[in-house]
Amino acid sequence: MSDTYDIDQIEDADAEPVGPLALPLDAWHRARGGRMVDFAGYWMPVQFEGIIAEHLWTRSSAGFFDVSHMGQLYVSGEAVEAALEAILPIDLSTLPVGGVRYSLLLNESGGILDDLMVTRWKSGFYLVVNGATKWDDIAHLREFLPDEVTLNHLDDSALFALQGPKAAEALEALVTGDQALSSLSFMRGAAFKLAGIDVWISRSGYTGEDGFEISVPAENAAEIADLICAQSQVKPVGLGARDSLRLEAGLPLYGHDMNADVDPVSAELLFGINKRRRMEGGFPGSEDILPLITNGTATRRVGLLIEGRMAAREGANVLAGETEVGTVTSGGFSPSLERPIAMAFVATAHAAPGTSLFIDVRGRKLAATVAPMPFIPHRYYRKGAA
Amino acid sequence: MTRYFTKDHEWIAVEGSEATVGITHYAQSQLGDITFVEVPAVDASVAKGDSASVVDSVKAASDVYAPVSGTVTVVNAALEDQPELVNSDAEGEGWLWKMTLSDPSELAGLMDEAAYQTFVAEL
Repeated sequence: MSDTYDIDQIEDADAEPVGPLALPLDAWHRARGGRMVDFAGYWMPVQFEGIIAEHLWTRSSAGFFDVSHMGQLYVSGEAVEAALEAILPIDLSTLPVGGVRYSLLLNESGGILDDLMVTRWKSGFYLVVNGATKWDDIAHLREFLPDEVTLNHLDDSALFALQGPKAAEALEALVTGDQALSSLSFMRGAAFKLAGIDVWISRSGYTGEDGFEISVPAENAAEIADLICAQSQVKPVGLGARDSLRLEAGLPLYGHDMNADVDPVSAELLFGINKRRRMEGGFPGSEDILPLITNGTATRRVGLLIEGRMAAREGANVLAGETEVGTVTSGGFSPSLERPIAMAFVATAHAAPGTSLFIDVRGRKLAATVAPMPFIPHRYYRKGAA
Repeated sequence: MTRYFTKDHEWIAVEGSEATVGITHYAQSQLGDITFVEVPAVDASVAKGDSASVVDSVKAASDVYAPVSGTVTVVNAALEDQPELVNSDAEGEGWLWKMTLSDPSELAGLMDEAAYQTFVAEL
């Protein structure tokens, strides 16, 4: 854990750095042939052996992802629970220690500033936010959290994800803890030791597969990455496959499938607003958002299955006949389905599954059908489930 | 047969007034897994620098520009079912189209293999 910032104190701590920065595994990725690109201000591997191979490996075995660009934050102090509930539409009263929950950072008019994961630790809350938005998120939290609440940016921690049907057997061999790794169900986390090093592991991820997210000290990042990737089930996977995996899983990406001009109802992210908060309101944007639940929205985020092999990309217009009814926000080739898929915002009248639409790609009209998401069924590990 | 290269990473193999066009090995390595190739129409006339074809990879769609002007005579039909040929053999089986040249003097502005390799090494 690094510097503790008093909320109103530090002037430069959240200034955006200039140029791509190296993350703890930078040399590790380069040594393994990772093709590095500038992503969210960091050098990140977009691929190793190839996006399709890495994608399919994750779906059939286990993929190791370095997501250390993401923001890891720790919020603690007197009345931290009430302070977070004033900022997030989350119900923390039903979140046990070790529980992980998806939430949304909203502006005053109900637009989405970021999506994030909130975990209750014994003494406070652990937040994981998007890399591209973390500096703005930190500034936002500093502005709206009261003085008694302390925000730590855990910037000396790296963050990994191990995802896929063989993630559990691969990781189980490496960790010890007060509880067995296998006792964690989806959206639960606990402290473990990995090679004698204290790590935090949650059963969560961004691929639709069973898997884990692992927060480790930056100084031990390469050692731990080596150990995990020495497991026969595991290969390193880059950002390219991370994107195609999350698209198949129907999981939206901030800055593409949602942004500050999009409300959570249109984005089909109502599960990020917990039931008690929907009843009670009192979160940023609640006066704009809550009526949308009853009255509906003009557009909806939908999945689209596209005919043929040509992919539709972000920004492509969606048509009903000749009429423009929406826009693609994410799209690409699905390695699992071997066909192009997309997410789009379309007029609610055209959002029902089965609706036939067209997508204009460079003047060609591709036939597309509104499809339920996820495109590939989620395979999360839920205890008690079959 | 003489092979020329463009700064946009196309190759063109010329024999008389006939030529075969594709993207370079370097280009395919940068694009990654290719999932779809839109080839030009047979008999289409293309001008040097026109976008004549589109190569779709998992990450992005990329234009392929006509290295010189002329008329498309044949397209690589194998790519319809096996777009990955562009990855496995970009400068051979993964060719995109054949064309007749309307102005062979345009070839003078292109690089030879050695110049292209030097160009790529400096990227």
